[in-house]
Amino acid sequence: MKDVTFGQYYPVDSFVHKCDPRMKILFLIGYLVAVFLSADFYGLAACAAVLVLCVAFSRVPVKSVLRSVKGVLFLIVFTAILNLLFYRGETTVVIADVPLRWWIFNITVEGIRFMIFVMCRIFMLVMISAVLTLTTTPVSLTDGLESLLTPLKWIRVPVHALALIMSIALRMIPTLMDEIERIMNAQRARGADFSHGGPVKRVKAIIPVLVPLLLSALRRAEELGDAMEARCYTGSRTRTRYKKLTFTWRDLLLALLLAALIAGVVLMNVYLPPIL
Amino acid sequence: MRIRAEHLNYTYNPGTEFAVQALKDVSLTIEEGEFFGVVGHTGSGKSTFIQHLNGLILQPSAQKKYKPKKPKKGAPVPPPSLLHVGDFDLLDKKTDFRALRAKVGMVFQYPEHQLFAETVFDDVAFGLKNFAKEPLKGETVERAVKDALETVGLDYAAIKDRSPFDLSGGQKRRVAIAGVIVTRPEVLVLDEPAAGLDPLGKRELMSLLHRLHADWCKTVVFVSHDMDEVAQNCSRVAVFADGGVKYTLTPRELFSRFGDLEELGLELPAAAKVARLLHEKGIDIESDCTPDGFADAAAAYLSSLRKETPAQPRDGEGGQA
Ligand SMILES: Nc1ncnc2c1ncn2[C@@H]1O[C@H](COP(=O)(O)OP(=O)(O)O)[C@@H](O)[C@H]1O
Ligand SMILES: [Mg+2]
Repeated sequence: MKDVTFGQYYPVDSFVHKCDPRMKILFLIGYLVAVFLSADFYGLAACAAVLVLCVAFSRVPVKSVLRSVKGVLFLIVFTAILNLLFYRGETTVVIADVPLRWWIFNITVEGIRFMIFVMCRIFMLVMISAVLTLTTTPVSLTDGLESLLTPLKWIRVPVHALALIMSIALRMIPTLMDEIERIMNAQRARGADFSHGGPVKRVKAIIPVLVPLLLSALRRAEELGDAMEARCYTGSRTRTRYKKLTFTWRDLLLALLLAALIAGVVLMNVYLPPIL
Repeated sequence: MRIRAEHLNYTYNPGTEFAVQALKDVSLTIEEGEFFGVVGHTGSGKSTFIQHLNGLILQPSAQKKYKPKKPKKGAPVPPPSLLHVGDFDLLDKKTDFRALRAKVGMVFQYPEHQLFAETVFDDVAFGLKNFAKEPLKGETVERAVKDALETVGLDYAAIKDRSPFDLSGGQKRRVAIAGVIVTRPEVLVLDEPAAGLDPLGKRELMSLLHRLHADWCKTVVFVSHDMDEVAQNCSRVAVFADGGVKYTLTPRELFSRFGDLEELGLELPAAAKVARLLHEKGIDIESDCTPDGFADAAAAYLSSLRKETPAQPRDGEGGQA
């Protein structure tokens, strides 16, 4: 449970935490649409404003949300550089009478514009996803997904089983993390060294952790299966839920915000003059 | 090696939403040669403390990236912490923690879950090979593994080539303990070594620990839930509560502190329990915590009664304590 912010629930009580997970998932999808519809910086600014609202009303420290961007920083920089160098624009940038064009590289004004766009888009996507996972427990997230995917049940997709598999997997991540730490400590006490030596040595050093970990995962799986069977779990269609998802005024607000964002972006695309 | 801790604090996940202060101002000295018990309710910090003893949990000041912070002006200065095991200073990041681990053996709770190798022999030899400064000769390894397995009460020839996963639960635990003691640590630390064993298994394990203490590891520190186990075996006992050491007692003191112990939600040793019930009925018997000791003290008490009131006429039932 150490440095895995991405997908880690941040337990505080807030407006966003209390929203229905289904609405939050729909909001995420709608937000992605808005980000990609934005043809100019007006639209991006509107999306950014909504993002700021979301972070503010989630009461999660900005630092924790930003930490999830750190994981994809490399991706952002990489795509930015590719776009900068290879975008097929028309007006090459000229600095001190030297056009920035060399071999197959060509830095253009359009390229720079597009690069900024791509960076902003990835950044916002990651941030909004982080807000979702920080404010929604994995269990309610899968509940929401299952509920949203109900139509697939009509064409015989085992949505319920898939959702169950996912929620058990998510539920087990912290348990396995603890387990890994415990086993590593036990082997470290017997002189195992995980942080020195070349790649071959390091891979070899993992075996004494991996074997007990797999065994314990299997043992847990078996126990969980037995426990579920002992409580007569069959995954039948008539199963009812302990926690019912309900829409509230919060979700209505969220829906309105989303509608306003998408409409705003479309209108700005049509009516406002382009920058650059 | 003497173990000395003073004003030790430890917080898991410091500075985050998940911060838990697991140790609060722990001060404790364990002398060389002791058979030392650690008791306390679940979550009282026992495991956190003992994992400090071989550097598996490092204090911030012992971590590689540690930079001393300037103390804030006006803030109260906490008393300086200290943690020494023999000559090792565990608060210093320059300490060689691997060398420390070779001297301080650690048996975790359910140690059988750390077995991994294809044969019992390989598993027991794992620690030996890890700590060796240069590659060991085959016969050296063989002799050490044989000694360790026989000390924990297993038949070397019969078991060395078997898979550790085919053994019974009790055998697995013995193999795991052999894998720790094979390096002949001076201090052996065990976290609830008897957890999940049946009464016979528990008794065998305690006698194994006594054997180890007698001629293998000078100092033995063990965590237990079972007050009787601790009271009957240890030279001294530390009682943990809410992250701190509440008392450090000898078994005899443990016997007479029942009020304090019950307040902490701890089970009394059986002998102390009976003594307390008698105390409520107005009879005071002083003894240690072993059933034998209590029986002796009770017998002495009863025979002294008999001398005081000789040859009473029998009317009705004779009361029995
Ligand atoms: N790896 C960990 N991460 C966070 N908190 C922990 C961790 N290990 C233990 N704790 C917490 O520290 C406290 C002391 O735990 P522990 O030392 O295991 O107690 P004990 O062994 O006496 O039951 C508990 O509140 C526990 O929840
Ligand atoms: Mg413990």
